[in-house]
Amino acid sequence: MATTIWVWVAAFFTLAILSFLYKDNPFYRIAESVYVGSSAAYMLLFLWSFDVKPKMIDAWVKGSTTDRLILIIPITLSIFMLMRFIPKLRWISRWAIAFTVGMGAGLGVAGLLQGFVVPQIKGTIVPLWIANNFKQTINNWIIVLGTLTTISYFFFSRKHTGVFGKFSRTGVMFIMIAFGATFGFTIMARVSLLIGRLYFLLHDWLGLI
Amino acid sequence: MKFFEKLAKIDRRIIFVILAITIISPFLFNLTFKLTPLEESKRAFNFINSLPEGSTVIISIDYDASSMPELQPMLEAVLRHIFSRNLRVILLGHWAAGVPLGQQALEKIASEYGKVYGEDFVVLGYRPGLQAVIINMGKNIHATFDNVDYEGTPLSKLPMMSNIKTYEDVACVFGFEAGNVGEMWIQFANARYGVKVLLGCTGVVAPDLFQYRQSGQLVAIVSGLRGAADYERLAKHEAFASYGMTAQTFAHVLIVAFIIIGNIGYIFTQSKKRRSS
Repeated sequence: MATTIWVWVAAFFTLAILSFLYKDNPFYRIAESVYVGSSAAYMLLFLWSFDVKPKMIDAWVKGSTTDRLILIIPITLSIFMLMRFIPKLRWISRWAIAFTVGMGAGLGVAGLLQGFVVPQIKGTIVPLWIANNFKQTINNWIIVLGTLTTISYFFFSRKHTGVFGKFSRTGVMFIMIAFGATFGFTIMARVSLLIGRLYFLLHDWLGLI
Repeated sequence: MKFFEKLAKIDRRIIFVILAITIISPFLFNLTFKLTPLEESKRAFNFINSLPEGSTVIISIDYDASSMPELQPMLEAVLRHIFSRNLRVILLGHWAAGVPLGQQALEKIASEYGKVYGEDFVVLGYRPGLQAVIINMGKNIHATFDNVDYEGTPLSKLPMMSNIKTYEDVACVFGFEAGNVGEMWIQFANARYGVKVLLGCTGVVAPDLFQYRQSGQLVAIVSGLRGAADYERLAKHEAFASYGMTAQTFAHVLIVAFIIIGNIGYIFTQSKKRRSS
């Protein structure tokens, strides 16, 4: 058996969390609370060490006059954000939120257009016949049909009847296949996590394997 | 009929116990399967293999302890391959809690290959801002990380970093993903700066990333424990992922069996209900 204290601690918390599979119990609650508390503390420490201290405090102390003038903007917005905790001044926090949302949307839109929408459209413009490569030809047909029929399912300006109805129902089939693949991958991932924990208990803790 | 009704009402805890026994058995009886690596895993391996000696790979740790069983063995296998090819590593991360896990693996594998900190590998750590960090790295990696490494050592004192200023000086980014950071690498680093991106990801994330492979934005995806096992096999160093895949295969067969039995039970009970009404 392993003698390292931390292996025993990890084994205790693993068993405490797994005990929820039987039913809710105090050990599970303790493990859950410790996890939430330690994660929050860890994040707080990281934000202080890598964000607030170097980017705000150190930058102010070591920075030039120009640096300090620029710093006034984020510091003011940070103070505005904290106004959320004062009911009478809560409205001021909306300015900071508006700035954050605007910046996030700007970055997101540019990134999505440049890195997602345009390349993905390009990715669906593929030849539907490739000589001597039957497999790729079939793949390309699936990509084009899958894209068009799936988009048609989300086209709500026309009733899904007749030929268009059949076309959009084909899209539903593609969506279902995608859900199935996602479900399969999710099972694989969750089983992997269980394998990891059981391996830890048998190998690192009990030393059976 | 009663059998199927009973089956539909089976206590879920019995299923958990059966699943646990199924997973533990291959480990206890030392059962293993031979895996043929997937094309995607081979593509990632071949790409790293094709890099000239001395090239630098950015490793991004975008996961934490909850995804360790899938991604940590994968990271170790990739690092072994990288160091065996005499490539250099810059390790950073966008999940604050994950960087120490990456550092742990990096130091372990680096010591196996006798690699030296500052010459063969550097840990830049975590900086908040995700998209802003990725974009700024394209302009100046040093400034993005305040000119210091994870422990506050000036980057100017680390020989390896003297020739690395932007993405142009690195061969590729290899991200290890349990969330959507991989998409950010593609959308900002690849789309804006043309950086080659490879992703190792959890099974949950993989379906969202295959579209980027098809469109050519990604070099390769190594997905889940299977991907990790493939990479271990390709790198000729079989470890946890390879052993775990046997348990994974057994568990999958069991789950498929449960799904089939459950559906048969459902069909029978529904048809009985219809007949009685």
